[in-house]
Amino acid sequence: MSDTRQINLHVFRHNPLDPASVPHLQTYQVEEAPGMTLFLALSELRERQDPSLAFDFVCRAGICGSCGMIVNGRPRLACRTLTQELPGDITLLPLPAFGLIADLSVDTGTWMRAMTERLQAWLHPADPTLDLSRIEQRMEPQLADEIYELDRCIECGCCVAACGTAQMRKDFVGAVGMNKIARFGLDPRDARSDADFYELIGGDEGVFGCMTLLACHDVCPKELPLQTQIAYLRRRMARAGA
Amino acid sequence: MKIVYTDVLVIGGGLAGLRVAIGARRRGLDALVLSLVPPKRSHSAAAQGGMQASLANTVKGEGDNEDVHFGDTVRGSDWGADQAVVRMFVNTAPKAVRELAAWGVPWSRVRRGDREVIINGQRITLTESEQAHGLLAQRDFGGTRKWRTCYVSDGTGHAMLYAVGDQAIAHGVPVHERKEALALIRDGDRCCGAVVRDLASGELIAYVSRATVVATGGAGRLYRVTTNAVICEGMGAALALDTGVVALGNMEAIQFHPTGIFPAGILVTEGCRGDGGLLRDAAGHRFMPDYEPEKKELASRDVVSRRMAEHIRKGHGAASRFGPHLWLDITQLGRTHIDRNLREVKEICRYFLGVDPAEAWIPVHPAQHYTMGGIRTDASGQCPTLRGLFSAGEAACWDLHGFNRLGGNSVAETVVAGMIVGEFVADFCQGPDGEINVPTGLVRDAVAAQQAALDALIGGGDESADAIRIAMQQVMTDRVGIFRDGRELAVAVDELEALLLRSRRIGVRSEGPGPNPELVTAYRVQRMLKVALCIACGALARQESRGAHYREDFPRRDDAAWLQRTLATWPDPTATRPTLAYEPLQVSTMELPPGWRGYGERNHIEHPDTPARAATVEATQTAEQLSRHALQERLMPYRHLLPPSLRGDNDRLGDLPR
Repeated sequence: MSDTRQINLHVFRHNPLDPASVPHLQTYQVEEAPGMTLFLALSELRERQDPSLAFDFVCRAGICGSCGMIVNGRPRLACRTLTQELPGDITLLPLPAFGLIADLSVDTGTWMRAMTERLQAWLHPADPTLDLSRIEQRMEPQLADEIYELDRCIECGCCVAACGTAQMRKDFVGAVGMNKIARFGLDPRDARSDADFYELIGGDEGVFGCMTLLACHDVCPKELPLQTQIAYLRRRMARAGA
Repeated sequence: MKIVYTDVLVIGGGLAGLRVAIGARRRGLDALVLSLVPPKRSHSAAAQGGMQASLANTVKGEGDNEDVHFGDTVRGSDWGADQAVVRMFVNTAPKAVRELAAWGVPWSRVRRGDREVIINGQRITLTESEQAHGLLAQRDFGGTRKWRTCYVSDGTGHAMLYAVGDQAIAHGVPVHERKEALALIRDGDRCCGAVVRDLASGELIAYVSRATVVATGGAGRLYRVTTNAVICEGMGAALALDTGVVALGNMEAIQFHPTGIFPAGILVTEGCRGDGGLLRDAAGHRFMPDYEPEKKELASRDVVSRRMAEHIRKGHGAASRFGPHLWLDITQLGRTHIDRNLREVKEICRYFLGVDPAEAWIPVHPAQHYTMGGIRTDASGQCPTLRGLFSAGEAACWDLHGFNRLGGNSVAETVVAGMIVGEFVADFCQGPDGEINVPTGLVRDAVAAQQAALDALIGGGDESADAIRIAMQQVMTDRVGIFRDGRELAVAVDELEALLLRSRRIGVRSEGPGPNPELVTAYRVQRMLKVALCIACGALARQESRGAHYREDFPRRDDAAWLQRTLATWPDPTATRPTLAYEPLQVSTMELPPGWRGYGERNHIEHPDTPARAATVEATQTAEQLSRHALQERLMPYRHLLPPSLRGDNDRLGDLPR
């Protein structure tokens, strides 16, 4: 058909384990189809043109956060990015700030686990004894909804990749880390106080390292209110540390 | 040779695997999880609509309890389920949902007072009680008699997976990410670990363990059109099959979800229909009441998917360049409800369809969704034919779902099975059978065999793995789908067999260190074809219709001949088809003898033992003044099968003085 578009995918290629590999961009041509996402384009490319191309997709529905990559200069979830929204030349780079596995595949898992361990980013129950046969504790419905709002983070790494501080400080916890502290701080089931959270994020690797560039907020695929949460946390931490 | 030793090796980092590992860790054992991806990326996250647990907090759940949940699940399974396992499950589900609440899952909560809901297309007012305010809320799902599905907006699986994933970190459970098990290590009839490929470096590593748990999820990617994540390729089933001694149960029982977005197959939750969404055809007509006057859009998934396919066949599908589809209409639920309770659906519609579901209908078509069958285990999760091998979750067939799973029972099963199997894995390791004595030579041989198989692929024959995989997926979608018949299935088996032979001549061009995705596709497609053949051969052999397995040439459920579980094994690695055997279900011990489901066709062939058992059950129910728990115990004792910590009764609002 005459109205189908040929798109040029300029894809970052590098295999760090191969001493002969030199990082470069490789260009592929793909015929655009209606409703084509970058997931479909890359999958077709691997099935038909280059089976060696490495990239990560899991849910391909914008839910799991596996496929963060830099699409024409901006961190995005590739699986739900429609090619029709982009120009005919599309440059795909792996997310910075994470270890490169190969091509577009990066190791977000190690980063996220280390951050979670450092921030002890799990619920610390106020009452650790629990009888599972008893009726659950109550919670205000509105509060449950507000906690879920912050719980929607999918640890895709887009906020870290877009963050100026994270590029300079390896130990910076990023918006993803601060959002987790905000989430557990909001949860009455968590026993920790602001003084406890201050020990975790009250330094330059936490809230006081943020330069307020707010790219994290702009690129978050889940549209989490990161700007508000960081600002609010910073005020609370300033108070807790005083 | 790199060898990692651990007490418990869990293969699969989704909800079931993580919960098993936490359970073992709490019992003082070292548990280690292998995961293809960072565990929070697992397919468990895709469960949207919720988890069934009979809490009975909402006004439309009043009167719900384990007995009602039990009956719904057995009817949903079309009597294919193991009823003792169903009992274990329904008693543990409330405990699981409460444990998750204590771990931080932000479950949606009941609000006191009036609220407007849509039921059967009508706007009505429900009044929630003062006492229920702030307790876990429940929504309606298909095939259930009460509102029982606990939910976190429509991101339930995500919220559960994050809470459990974070608890695994809190418990110090190591997760070895980007690791794929290629083979189980066997010493006679004892499983003692796995040969594992590092998906980042390409290196092979041996993991030696006292107990090994396969929790790898389903096999949706055997089909071209599926709601499943791309990692759901049935590799756990293949691991078991490759032992030659472990059986896969009921692999022909494949669920098709009514509302995959057309044509991509991305799931939109059953919660859409549970909350009042309607299915419409090309003319905008709401057609489900014509077929299913009682349950309408909320019959079980097998029935709704079949009715949709039937309606499309009659020419009522909406036309599109990708073929015909139907519509899901949730516009009448209103923007406020969609923004709060169907957020993922809204995002998916926006990003993949460019549609606002508060204003426009969603194009849908049934898509492969769930693998009811899996690695056959007993009620403790252990394989009867290979000591030390356990399985849990979608990968397993302890047989909770029979031939059709109810919506909301899968994500519930992951954590319930994790709680139960985790305890039994710990018992096993701490008992006399838990010791292993593994010669390193045995381990070396197992690793060498896998290395040799990979080496043979690189620079091997002239077949393309991708071409074979696409052909397999097309055969499965075209011929082993919602409507099946003997001729089509026989062709499917022949075609899959030919593809299996071709897959033995695959050649991989990429070599060298690193991930090598071409090699991954190659070794997986060889394994996937064996699992696909178990499905197709099982479907061809089963000459009846039961649950999701619908044979147009044998449209009746035949309890007399087919109240049996299919067991598929692959004893000869050079064979091109599985060996099928059958395990009868005992009507004489069933708490709920076979009958009509309450929806779908009403034409089954009765098992000869059914009338006597039905009479016994009825006599017990009417003659004796027993409490519901005592009556249940009389009909089918099951509590002894549960770990002692999970045997207790569950409190409910309705049991307390008002």
